[in-house]
Amino acid sequence: MLALFQGSVSLGLLWAVMTIGVFLTFRILSTPDLSVEGTIILGAATAARIISEGGDPFFATFLAILAGCLGGLVTGVLHTKFKIPAILAGILTMIGSYSIVIRILGASNVSLLRLTTVFTFLQDMGLSNRNAVIVFGLVVVAASGALLYCFLGTELGSAVRATGSNRNMARAQGINTDTTTILCLMISNGLVALTGALVAQNQGFASVDMGMGTIVIGLASLIIAEVLFPVRNVWSRLITLAAGAVLYRLIIAVVLELGMAPTDLRLFTAITVALALTLPLIRDKFSKMGSHGKGGSKDA
Amino acid sequence: MLDIKNLHKTFNIGTPIENHVLKGVSLRLAPGDYVTLIGGNGAGKSTLLNSVAGTFFPDEGSITIDGIDVTSLPEHKRAAYLGRVFQDPMMGTATTMSIDENLALAYRRSKRRTLRWGVTNKERARYRELLANLELGLEHRMSDKLGLLSGGQRQALTLLMATLTQPKVLLLDEHTAALDPKTAPKVLEIGDRLIAQHNLTTMMVTHNMKNAIQHGNRLIMMSGGRIVLDIAGEEKKRLTVEDLIAKFSQASGEEFAGDQALLG
Repeated sequence: MLALFQGSVSLGLLWAVMTIGVFLTFRILSTPDLSVEGTIILGAATAARIISEGGDPFFATFLAILAGCLGGLVTGVLHTKFKIPAILAGILTMIGSYSIVIRILGASNVSLLRLTTVFTFLQDMGLSNRNAVIVFGLVVVAASGALLYCFLGTELGSAVRATGSNRNMARAQGINTDTTTILCLMISNGLVALTGALVAQNQGFASVDMGMGTIVIGLASLIIAEVLFPVRNVWSRLITLAAGAVLYRLIIAVVLELGMAPTDLRLFTAITVALALTLPLIRDKFSKMGSHGKGGSKDA
Repeated sequence: MLDIKNLHKTFNIGTPIENHVLKGVSLRLAPGDYVTLIGGNGAGKSTLLNSVAGTFFPDEGSITIDGIDVTSLPEHKRAAYLGRVFQDPMMGTATTMSIDENLALAYRRSKRRTLRWGVTNKERARYRELLANLELGLEHRMSDKLGLLSGGQRQALTLLMATLTQPKVLLLDEHTAALDPKTAPKVLEIGDRLIAQHNLTTMMVTHNMKNAIQHGNRLIMMSGGRIVLDIAGEEKKRLTVEDLIAKFSQASGEEFAGDQALLG
């Protein structure tokens, strides 16, 4: 039971970084971005290839982030400059990434077993494999959360938030909304690729199919965070995102323990997310039935 | 300050719903001119205003602001010279951001945005003072999200944001049309005060004849994509709603048919 818990926490913390990335596009920018399915393997493949060639794992992870940013840049340019709808632009990046990933890997998967990863130095200090991942994951989540929080408080970060809140207003305030959209997509996909790089190093391999369903996992974690912790400010939200990602892993571990076939997991996640997304609608319906006339919008 | 020359705009060119909205509009505003722009639905008032704002580019003609040709300047670059308040109170502000953050966004309209803090404490003190001048009690709610404010409060704040950096031209697009009859005059009054204070060159679109007469120093009426009336100075001061209706029929050769324009 402890192993199950530890495993979920370690994995959850790594995926929390991606959840923050998904939050950035879905909530802050109000733009659904599907390129994460591609950029997560882009990150994994970049890191895996460099490490398997004997490169420094930290440098490899850094380059993985840049690869993710590049993916975000492509989606952003397709969406803003070429006016392709965000979802389609994301799908194009995602599809294109598969071919690039296979070129980077040189095969459909690359093993990292017994190679030096970012977790190795913690294991050398005497931590168990899982605890090393938990410690490293915590540091990475805290660092990316804190950096992002500070960024959102800057002039540029405010411009990104204004873009997501009201594009017309943002332009009227002299904000180049194309630039802020591209910037936000780059940061988001950089975080997603960072998760890809860390997950690959944790599981000991990178494969081209590990990205499938990423967006749904990200959304599931995000929605768990939002439903369970209805906080208002960004700082608390960033913390709850990490909690959401860990809880998602715990739920998955428990249902697997209870005997669900691993192949049914994606259906389970998809249904859970669909239900969670419908929840506010159902809640509204019920509250309207309960009190007539009160349900109207307060903004005339 | 604002010089519009022979402006043409057609929407949906080459389709069955092709609509020639602006048919050669020329207009020159002197510094400090406060023009009210009136006309029936489809007269081209908002289209004229939006062409100045850069929401779209005109098909023909030119727009010059304080000697700078902005005809082909994108909306966000033109914003440095302009202050805008929209008809929909939801349109002018970022509803998920706080009052001070919204003001800070407006304050940086013509500046390069960097990695410095989005709002500084020094700014907050200044905003608090400016908000207190609005007499809406907003100075005590600086960290409230805009979504919590009423339509009137939002429009008043949008006015403050639009005038924060002293724009060369202030564009008001029926900014009180969505407000209740009690709030609308208050927002108009706040607008007049800010315009007078900074001596702003202003264009205000309105559906309301009374407002068009009572505010500003010049009144322009549009019909069918053209300017049909341009009244200023003493003549404008003596103008009544009846005069305006008579002049409109005379100028456009049609009966004035706009219930909304007569109301209020």
